[in-house]
Amino acid sequence: MLIFRHEDGHNVASPEQIQIWMKQTMDWIGGIAAQNKFVSGTGIPFDDARVVHHNKVVTNGPFGEIKETIGGFIIVKAENADEAAEFAKGSPVLQGEGNTVEVRKIIKGNSMK
Amino acid sequence: MEQQELIPHLFRTEFGKITAVLCKAFGIENIEIAEDLAGETFLAALETWPYKGTPPNPTAWLYMVAKNKAKNYLSRGEFFSKKITIEIKSASSEIEEIEIDLSDKNITDSQLQMLFAVCHPSLSTESQIVLSLRVLCGFGIEEIANAFLTNKETINKRLYRAKEKLRAEKITIEFPGEKQINNRLDTVLITLYLLFSEGYYSESSDTVLREDLCLEAMRLTYLLIENEQTNQPNVNALFSLMCFHASRFAARKTGNGEIILYHNQDENLWNRELIAKGAYYLHEACRDKNNISKYHLEATIAYWNTQKADTKEKWENILQLYNVLLQMEYSPIAALNRTYALAKANGKPEAIIEAEKLNLADNHFYFTLLGELYTGIDNEIAKQNFQKAFSLAKTNTDKQTIQKKIEKIHSFQ
Repeated sequence: MLIFRHEDGHNVASPEQIQIWMKQTMDWIGGIAAQNKFVSGTGIPFDDARVVHHNKVVTNGPFGEIKETIGGFIIVKAENADEAAEFAKGSPVLQGEGNTVEVRKIIKGNSMK
Repeated sequence: MEQQELIPHLFRTEFGKITAVLCKAFGIENIEIAEDLAGETFLAALETWPYKGTPPNPTAWLYMVAKNKAKNYLSRGEFFSKKITIEIKSASSEIEEIEIDLSDKNITDSQLQMLFAVCHPSLSTESQIVLSLRVLCGFGIEEIANAFLTNKETINKRLYRAKEKLRAEKITIEFPGEKQINNRLDTVLITLYLLFSEGYYSESSDTVLREDLCLEAMRLTYLLIENEQTNQPNVNALFSLMCFHASRFAARKTGNGEIILYHNQDENLWNRELIAKGAYYLHEACRDKNNISKYHLEATIAYWNTQKADTKEKWENILQLYNVLLQMEYSPIAALNRTYALAKANGKPEAIIEAEKLNLADNHFYFTLLGELYTGIDNEIAKQNFQKAFSLAKTNTDKQTIQKKIEKIHSFQ
């Protein structure tokens, strides 16, 4: 699983820039899918979000002190974490300083996903 | 129409209808009886019409004769004894009520129900296709063999196995229940799309036959559109896709059957009426924005391909459609087409990097694509790739197409 952590694009970029990132993201995922290595994924928009705290107080975002939060994820087929990290290197999310793509495995039988 | 053309024409249009109605009346286990009676009906026409003249309403004549033959068959009693031995439980009173109804409505209903029976998920795809062609479309064994470039014996064996399976699984000729219909419809659509593709990509030299296969697939798909229950977005999208593809029929092959590649096609030969029809059904298919199938994506790609001009907008749209299509369902051909669109939208260098990752080294189209991408960048590598493609290509048409590309590269050097 590749988890994208980044700032809310709407705060830092113009709609045109977001359009460009969208295209780059679609081309990047399309490239993974063209290798038959894509499983599933989704973007998770920042707007209309809630945080439920341990005392059950509900607040709207932002999500605590960090600017970079989870903006989406995709699940890919990879032999190991290194192969998945190679896929992650192509993500347009990494164009932003401070942004990361986290590579985590999903437990599913013995295969690493 | 002259009589010698009329009977084969009627055979193509009516054989499937008569068989479906009789089969519905007798049950699928008696599919051969239904086929035989339908066949005898046409034999009667061949024997009578040359002497007595073509009847004023040939179709009505055929239906009348089919009905009488069915009644005679029933009254001879063979059917009862056979049926009773098969189904001891069914009361004879029930059997006597068998009615042969050749009204338009019952013909359509029977054909649709047959389509669902023939495309039952327990049958192999091969069986589904051969049964559809024979029973629903009235293709002759020889024609089917010709379309698949095989012999009559193989087709007969496939048909025999398919019918055995129909009996063994006790598949009934009826509409699936409301809950099942969408699942069952998916299988039907896959078979109809394959049927269409068999015609579209068939290596058979018989142009008329290839077109007939496609038109029959379209006719059956249209039956689904005409029926309220099955008039679903994905059915409309598939029909739209077939219209767009079929619009290029006349343009995609030369008189002697050589493939003319898309960018060399004379767009004046594209059928505008079918393109308009495709656009209409694509629009119908997209009424529900939340119900987008892979047929929607493929139909939209096919729509963009009806725009010959190489615009940025066209290729960007095609690229994004392939990006989504591949996420929905991977196929090597979609991966290759996506990479071609990538070259057109984002440039060849980026596409070459992506192409090298595809891992399709046993596919001649893969090397053809690499050849195309390297053309103008490194013609020597381009040539090597085309040569690799040539050695992997299986059919003469493909080899010819690749040979032309190799010759073209030589002319650059």
